Amino acid sequence: MTVETNSKTKQLALVIDLNVCVGCQACVTSCKQWNTSGTAGPLADHNPYDADPVGTFFNRVQTFEVGEYPDTEVVHFPKSCLHCENPPCVPVCPTGASYKRAEDGIVLVDYDKCIGCNYCSWACPWGVRELDEYKKVMTKCTLCVDRIDDETLEERDRKPACVLACPTNARIFGDIHDPESDAAKAIENRGGYQLMPEWETNPSNHYLPRDNKRFAEQNQAAEEQL
Amino acid sequence: MDTQTNTITDKIEVKTTTCYMCACRCGIKVTLKNDEIRFIQGNPDHPLNQGILCAKGSSGIMKQYSPARLTQPMRRKHGTKRGDGDFEPISWEETFTILEQRLSKIRATDPKKFGLFTGRDQMQALTGLFAQQFGTPNYAAHGGFCSVNMAAGMIYSVGGSFWEFGGPDLEQAKLLIMIGTAEDHHSNPLKKELSKFKRHGGRFISVNPIRTGYSAIADEWVAVKPGTDGALLMALIHQLIKIDGFDYEYITRYTNAAELVNIDSASDWEGLFVHQSGKRDGADRLWWDSDQNCAVLNHTQTNKPALTGEFCTSDGIKVKPAFQLLVERVAQSTPEWAAAITGISATKIESLAAEMANIVKNGQIELPITWTDVWGIQHKSVKGTPIAFHSMRGTAAHSNGFQTIRALSILMILLGTIDAPGGFRHKAPYPKSIDYLPKPPKSTADFQPNTPLNGSPLGWPTSPEELFVDDSGNPLRLDKGFSWEYPLSVHGLLHNVITNAWRGDPYHLDTLLIFMSNLAWNSSMNTGEIRNMLQDQHPDGEYKIPFIVVCDAFSSEMVQFADLVLPDTTYLERHDVMSILDRPISEYDGPMDSVRVPILPPKGQCKPFQEVIVELAGRLNLPKFINADGSRKFKDYPDFVINYETEPGSGIGFLSGWRGADGKKSIKGEPNPNQWDMYANNNCFHHYAMPEEHHYLRNFNRNYQEWAVEVGFLPKVEPIMLSIYSEQLQHFRLAAQGKRTGRQPPDHLRERIKTYFDPLPFFYRPLEEAYTDLIKYPLNAVTQRPMAMYHSWDSQNAWLRQIHAHNFLYINQQTASKQGIADGDWIWVESMHGKVRCMCKLSQAVEPGTVWTWNAIGKAKGAWSLSKDSNESQKGFLLNHLIAEELPEQVSVQGNLERLSNSDPVTGQAGWYDVRVRIYKAGADEEQITSPQFIPAQDYPGMKKSRPKWLTYFAGKGDTNDR
Repeated sequence: MTVETNSKTKQLALVIDLNVCVGCQACVTSCKQWNTSGTAGPLADHNPYDADPVGTFFNRVQTFEVGEYPDTEVVHFPKSCLHCENPPCVPVCPTGASYKRAEDGIVLVDYDKCIGCNYCSWACPWGVRELDEYKKVMTKCTLCVDRIDDETLEERDRKPACVLACPTNARIFGDIHDPESDAAKAIENRGGYQLMPEWETNPSNHYLPRDNKRFAEQNQAAEEQL
Repeated sequence: MDTQTNTITDKIEVKTTTCYMCACRCGIKVTLKNDEIRFIQGNPDHPLNQGILCAKGSSGIMKQYSPARLTQPMRRKHGTKRGDGDFEPISWEETFTILEQRLSKIRATDPKKFGLFTGRDQMQALTGLFAQQFGTPNYAAHGGFCSVNMAAGMIYSVGGSFWEFGGPDLEQAKLLIMIGTAEDHHSNPLKKELSKFKRHGGRFISVNPIRTGYSAIADEWVAVKPGTDGALLMALIHQLIKIDGFDYEYITRYTNAAELVNIDSASDWEGLFVHQSGKRDGADRLWWDSDQNCAVLNHTQTNKPALTGEFCTSDGIKVKPAFQLLVERVAQSTPEWAAAITGISATKIESLAAEMANIVKNGQIELPITWTDVWGIQHKSVKGTPIAFHSMRGTAAHSNGFQTIRALSILMILLGTIDAPGGFRHKAPYPKSIDYLPKPPKSTADFQPNTPLNGSPLGWPTSPEELFVDDSGNPLRLDKGFSWEYPLSVHGLLHNVITNAWRGDPYHLDTLLIFMSNLAWNSSMNTGEIRNMLQDQHPDGEYKIPFIVVCDAFSSEMVQFADLVLPDTTYLERHDVMSILDRPISEYDGPMDSVRVPILPPKGQCKPFQEVIVELAGRLNLPKFINADGSRKFKDYPDFVINYETEPGSGIGFLSGWRGADGKKSIKGEPNPNQWDMYANNNCFHHYAMPEEHHYLRNFNRNYQEWAVEVGFLPKVEPIMLSIYSEQLQHFRLAAQGKRTGRQPPDHLRERIKTYFDPLPFFYRPLEEAYTDLIKYPLNAVTQRPMAMYHSWDSQNAWLRQIHAHNFLYINQQTASKQGIADGDWIWVESMHGKVRCMCKLSQAVEPGTVWTWNAIGKAKGAWSLSKDSNESQKGFLLNHLIAEELPEQVSVQGNLERLSNSDPVTGQAGWYDVRVRIYKAGADEEQITSPQFIPAQDYPGMKKSRPKWLTYFAGKGDTNDR
């Protein structure tokens, strides 16, 4: 299957800067907070005060170690729906509940049509769809459509909740097809990359890599000067 | 007012206030839908966080509607045992009557029998005032077991400290060295600055045994063994002197490096600065002018005094510049020496020093700002070395932390970074000179029945005369603060309160009032024993601590041990001030303070603790809370905040903004009846932006200081010298050497004072090591708090507990495999004080000699309204059980039984991170739950009998009423 991308249309997405993400989880709970009372809500929590609490989150941060002591890197990796340009979750949906919004490329689920069959989450290679066990519908990141569509909000607030909250401004939001957007520029200038391009889903969300090169260069420069 | 996508009938309101999910104090915008919280977001118009908000702040809804809320005052049922947690509800009137009767009797007889100890509250200006007016010295907040070494080590050295009173200037820094910090007190602003710093090319080095949190994004991780930071810092000073890497112009002008110290070992003034007047004290300290070959008054006849050498004054006194003494002190502190202690290679230490030296030589910043120094010289620019440091508990929470932070301060000073662009910057009302900071009471005469305390419960001693001891030199505070055992315990020793009160050493208390401090759990060392002490009785049935009052918003572990429980409000239900008299939220460019205003009505009968304090102060007729005719002065807490002045007519009160009858004055001015509204209309903060010439080198900046005197921050214009050499410490040491008239330490403490009150920094092994079998217990064990829980009270938070429901012990992979321990195994962690069973995770991000865990994730069974099989109690654990609040008992040479706190001998800072442990696999037949376990409290009145299986929060439906 080849990926057809119309780069002229708008594609909203997140560009996540792994070089500054400290893994604080602000994106996780600000997302939960906005969306539980929003158009995608509520986001149910099972056993909220008992053993093994587990609830619906559209966004989670995974932390992993790379390398061996003492050359260890610790990477905090926020993960939510990548709003693929070629989303495998859409064609498998038997009811048409799972769709990609034409005007801005956001991948959404229409709860009224969703029957909770899970096909889409099996098709999603990223594991970012969560079946809400209480509502029995498939849920996922909406890029806070009910914020970005809400013209009664001030312009600066018409962004995903996680983007507003992120203390290190590690989440850059915008139209990646617009070369003038902050998101597109960050991808261009900082080596933004897609996860697993070989899977051909053409993820819209991008990641900016760790950048410790300066360290070696600076050290070398310092030594030369001394 | 904003509107959201909602039905037309929904009532939407947006209000601003200040977050209190931790101690960081971000501005927030709270959207309410039909009187329920729809959304809490960072306030973009607030200077502290500029719109960002952390995981805790974004989970405030789950705190507000937590089923663990206490909702009514409660009393331990008559005839039940303390600790069973068997309570009955009572009215507030009855509560106040009980407290009034009990406290007025104590105040009229022996006021020290009342102790008020608080946690991470932000109202110490009020609680401290209450204690002082009551007349008890037994007051402290949690600083003594948090980071007092940082506060004291830096304020005694540079007149300011990290967090509220200063911080790294990351906007201009080129290099950041962060030592011993995972998450931080100044949490969101620091995250924001770190990101900007990295993006504009700054280099970030993290020195830490563990790579987590901020260290994860460090350009370089330097793994250090816990408790050895002092050795690293000493070696860096050594190396920078060796390669001539310091800023000698800055050192000469702004530090006491060139001041001459009497080195005559026969003199009673040995180790003190020499003065032109020939007296012992004064500002007329001398420099050595090598051209004229004589001593001259500092900052007068020469710009280039000798920094090294040995001289003899015309009076025949042998002297050396303080810097010479430092050079001698670090002579042996080579990188090779430090490598063996710290685990950091000598090459690495040398390269760190070279990198710093390179910035001093080639990377200094010069800003075109005209200013005049306190000596009257006008400067056309401000210069500084853009190397910023940041450090907090990792260096502080060791029994050698004070001297470590002295070494850190000196490194920062010598590089030319104090209040310089790109270095460490002060925040108003700091810098302050130790000489003019409040002093503790001095003797038994200073606390008398029905009389305010003569002195401040917490203060800053500069000599033995400012200790708080009786005629025999014995402690007068319950926690033994400001005694010869911990002379500079400027934040008190909360960690010894329960043990001392239980043992009656130095005396028994009658009533202990605890606010927002979980002393029956994660806020105590030796938690299991502390819980026993809290319920221990004399043979006649009287409790060893007769009456315990706990104020808390939630059913924490401490509530279980109360005789009387006061239900506090949440932060969204109260007025609060982040006061300029306390710990404001100032920025580098000027003083800033802020407030909280109620967003929601209090739940049930909850009452803010401030209201309790103001009410009690009125009932007890505390002088500053009553009028001349004996009538009550303040209606309630908001009224108190508006109308209280430090002295009648001083114009200085709790809030600095919109003072004066019409609200047009800043910082100083008469009370303004509309002050609260004016704060509320300005996003709940007040920021006074100083002119640019006030921004730098404020220890010596006449422009700044003249203004600071005007507004009451400083008593007079004078240099606040940066102390390479700490003469204050030498005063104590001279007393211990018997070279000083006046107060003498008890004989059994002379050696201790002589050793640790060294006016120059030095490295020593953490105290408990001397009592520990290091072969048996080879590993260091430390804790950190995760970002989603840092400084928070949110174990009951339904969202945050999904991120951290239980904790693991993290072990370096190699260390674990040597013992056949695999990832996820159940293991025992054992110190010489106790043992804990827990699960482990293997990691490459911790140095091999250290194990660690997230603190305060583990909870006692049944607390916080969590189910009795919750992860927090069954899989979560505390390391506190392994850590002692006292060093092992010793009999001194003089025959005294010595019981010393497991703390820094200078400041009394709790040595949390000194413990040594061993680990081993739990038996295959052992129960797979954490050990120890405790008997849970009974259900309290008003507690929900059943917990929901599903939580489906959706604001505005009206279903929070039954939460």
